[in-house]
Amino acid sequence: MNADETAWERRSVVPVVPPVAPRKLAKVPFVELADGRLQGVVSSGSDIERVYVSSITAGTHALSCSTNNNRPCGALHGHACKHIRMLADEAVVQYGLDRVARYLRVEVPAGDSLMSCIHGQPERTPAAVVFSRFLRHLAYLEVADSTDPLAELHWFPSTAPYKEVAR
Amino acid sequence: MLDVQLGEVLAGGPEGADEALDLVAGFDDALTLGLARVGEDAAAALSALAGALAASPIGDRVSEAADKVATGSIAGEHLAALAGGRAALCGAVHDALLGRLDTALGRPRTPWNPAPGAPRPDRPLGGQAASGDPRDGQEARSGDSPGGQEAGSGDGVPVQVPGHLLDGCRMWLRELAIVGWRGVDHDLAGAADQAIEALLAVPELRGLAVLLDGLAAELRASSPVATMDRLPARRWADLWTRGLLLAQRGPWHGGAEPVSGRLLILGADVHEHATVVRAQVHGVLEPTRGGQARLVRTSVAAAKVDTIVGPAVWRLMGAHPVLLGALAGHRSLEITDMPLLPGGDLVWHDDRAAAGEPADPFTTARVALPGVSAPAVPPLDRHPVRIAEPVLLEGYSVVDGSLDLSPAGGGHALPLGLDRLPRGGPLTPELVAASSACIGLMRWDGRWVLQPLAVQATVKKKPVAAHNGDWAMGPTDPKVVKAEAKAGDVVAVLRERAGRLLRK
Repeated sequence: MNADETAWERRSVVPVVPPVAPRKLAKVPFVELADGRLQGVVSSGSDIERVYVSSITAGTHALSCSTNNNRPCGALHGHACKHIRMLADEAVVQYGLDRVARYLRVEVPAGDSLMSCIHGQPERTPAAVVFSRFLRHLAYLEVADSTDPLAELHWFPSTAPYKEVAR
Repeated sequence: MLDVQLGEVLAGGPEGADEALDLVAGFDDALTLGLARVGEDAAAALSALAGALAASPIGDRVSEAADKVATGSIAGEHLAALAGGRAALCGAVHDALLGRLDTALGRPRTPWNPAPGAPRPDRPLGGQAASGDPRDGQEARSGDSPGGQEAGSGDGVPVQVPGHLLDGCRMWLRELAIVGWRGVDHDLAGAADQAIEALLAVPELRGLAVLLDGLAAELRASSPVATMDRLPARRWADLWTRGLLLAQRGPWHGGAEPVSGRLLILGADVHEHATVVRAQVHGVLEPTRGGQARLVRTSVAAAKVDTIVGPAVWRLMGAHPVLLGALAGHRSLEITDMPLLPGGDLVWHDDRAAAGEPADPFTTARVALPGVSAPAVPPLDRHPVRIAEPVLLEGYSVVDGSLDLSPAGGGHALPLGLDRLPRGGPLTPELVAASSACIGLMRWDGRWVLQPLAVQATVKKKPVAAHNGDWAMGPTDPKVVKAEAKAGDVVAVLRERAGRLLRK
């Protein structure tokens, strides 16, 4: 190990989780790389009360889409439905193509889109787990503010990726 | 700050600091590999840590813990003792660094003198204040009654903390210590999710909640950790240590006194991880009852999700319009009976503050900052990472990302912390490079760094000023306003979804 790496390992404040890029949330409010899947929640275009839980499994690239009440998406046969496509597009905005492709273990040649390289088959995965993670995510917005000193936050400075601050 | 003062600050590390941090690094290596199998190196590191603390009041306990852990007996009390020992070493380094900075700046600092009834007494460590007190582990265990444990609240009133919540946190931290960072996988990284969710519902335990949530997210993103080329050993061990100390019986701040007076803002430091954002405002408090002006910090933290980034984060703090308005509008604040903690933290209550006269932070930094008295640092908060001392720098040149304060150039170089410029403010590396005056925080992380909070610069032959808090009431740059409008109101979208889906 060289001196730079030793110095890095001996720093209290180093970025570990790459910051995500801002994106519109109206159609796809929730995207995550977790449980071995790219998974998320897509708002229905026709019914404001309905959401779809969609996912692509890492490695096998199996596709899944159903409503939060576990009714299968009618548009998912043989190839990805529009919910899965929207999920993939938004994931690429949020995390960058490299990070999503690495997680799903898919080679995306330069110039190609992520979905053009995903050829998995439909497979039912339980929507409930992802949906409850989404609800847990939303629950953060209901947590009250705090004006306590919270000295622990000195380990978590606001971080600005250089290319993004150069407006 | 002048070049000659900077020279004093930068002149080599304080005596003993490198040795103390080497001991910390030895402990960190042991934690990386896990305490389930303590090898020769790890055993030597633990016993060296104990040896350094032998003459301190916690010496016996740390020494016993090092012996027990080396032989495979990993009880919670032993881990608490080791965490206390590590914290004491970091605390000693903090004291040496801050002492040197204070001396160079000529800034007087109030000695730590806990108010009667404050949660923790100070304990000496080789002439310096000890930062760790593992005895609290003992007290926490004996206090494991269903009634809960006493901790300090922001207002300094002891509150009851549900003990079982802390038990869950200590269990997770113990499990992490046993398997070591290298043994962490997705399951273990996510094992504290329920405990964290429960902590978030208890206002007094927010510090522990945001700490563990941040650590868990980093471990999840890094899992399986065994495949990482290098890992942030110091950082994770820092977080583990503080988490374990907080999980003994909750936070230790307390002993607040009510203060009234005029608060002059110096600038805002923004902290953030996926699920929290916090603006910490540094300022000078001129007490109504007279006396020396005091350097204070006050802050507002809001829970968030990872997709809320950039200027939108300020909207989450909208329940504090007086503070945010003064920040964005460069005004002073008149505060009445606001609780001030012994560590210099003003516990913000927006209804006890009113906007005052216009007050340029650069004027405050030039006129009021030189005469301030700095607060004591609570013993268990002493860690180099907490050092964030406001300074004013003028008449410098920026060369290769560092400031040179000497009029002719060729003086001491102070690196700029440009990676800490928040996305929700107008400061950019370009603006800092073009600046001629800067209000910043002196920070230390292996070396001294200046974190800019505000700059005065000349852009296209016109003078401009930019402050981190300028967008607290919404962005003022038309380009950013347009970009925000195009992206839509992410906070509103998520709140609508939450309103519709959460209570079904």
